[in-house]
Amino acid sequence: MLTLYLQLFWTFFKIGLFGFGGGYAMISMIQGEVVTRYHWMNMGQFTDIVAISQSTPGPIGINSATYVGYTSIVNAGHAAGWGVLGSAIATLAVVLPSFVLMLLISKFLMKYKNHPAVEDVFKTLRPAVVGLLASAAILLMNAENFSTPTECPWRFWISIGLFLFAMIGQQIFKIGAIRIIILSGIAGLLVF
Amino acid sequence: MINQFRSYLSSISLRKEGKGEGLISLFLTFAYIGLFTIGGGYAMIPLIQQKVVEEKGWVTEEELVDLMAVAQSCPGIFAVNIAIFIGYKLRGVPGALATTLAAITPSFVIILLIALIFAAFRENKYVESFFLGLRPAVVALIAAPTFKMAKTAKVNLRNIWIPILAVLLICIYGMSPIYVVLAAGVGGYVWGQWVNKEED
Repeated sequence: MLTLYLQLFWTFFKIGLFGFGGGYAMISMIQGEVVTRYHWMNMGQFTDIVAISQSTPGPIGINSATYVGYTSIVNAGHAAGWGVLGSAIATLAVVLPSFVLMLLISKFLMKYKNHPAVEDVFKTLRPAVVGLLASAAILLMNAENFSTPTECPWRFWISIGLFLFAMIGQQIFKIGAIRIIILSGIAGLLVF
Repeated sequence: MINQFRSYLSSISLRKEGKGEGLISLFLTFAYIGLFTIGGGYAMIPLIQQKVVEEKGWVTEEELVDLMAVAQSCPGIFAVNIAIFIGYKLRGVPGALATTLAAITPSFVIILLIALIFAAFRENKYVESFFLGLRPAVVALIAAPTFKMAKTAKVNLRNIWIPILAVLLICIYGMSPIYVVLAAGVGGYVWGQWVNKEED
């Protein structure tokens, strides 16, 4: 059992260290290690975990680490309590590498914030980041989140309406982001 | 020399600014944000903008843009990387620990609850409807700050090709954002060196 915990820690530490490119990139790495290499769970179980990680609060990487940590231990035949410990180990392991790296980078950045070379770098970086944010929004405008006019016109047009409500509410009426999320969720409850 | 002194001074003043922020206040703010970050790291940006930039004034809009670039080019989880930086800026290492734990606690608790009552949650029609309604709103919330950030990042006619090229590379060519960030950073450095050399 100790070996399993150590393997969990090492696996998620590696994923945290090499997990560039956000939650979705991380998910394919987790799949490779957890399903293909160690057989801690089958593909069906893993797909369920991804679906739930996407639709629950919190970063996808953290959600899936917590869930995989629990499931791997329970699948090996141990009690739920040990599964909770597995969750804690996987979650902390996935955060640890970036914690150390980000601290070093934060220290460096605060010290050399006004250095001309650093300023040069950020002068082109900032506009590129605007592009990243726009891309994130564009890539999310897909059938999974909005449905399509042919697949389910009702859901599609309601989704467009909720999108516009959120956009206008945020930009013009300055409604807080959290309030918008809750209101749209309630609207979903009423119409879907 | 003067530059080094200036940056030293600004780093001191940054620390002082944050002294008044309690670790508990940091923890609660980031736990709250973590609880409402649904659908990936970028969904955290509008929440941070509202809570951390506008309400608390812990970081400026410009710092947030810089921070996104750094968090994106570091390994690990985007949302957690942002939490680490802000915690560190306000209260040093204990601050970073507080914000990191806060960012992962809501996930941890919710996922464990779901793992324990998995079947009931999956079958629940109401949970599903709630999420179907909220997803388009989350997309709008991610799109909305783009314009504000464009202003902060001083996007103008001369450099608007940078964000447009970034969007094309990511959305059409399918390039990973990490390479876009790296290319932009290296490009800025090279351009700066070249311009500086020209002026000498």
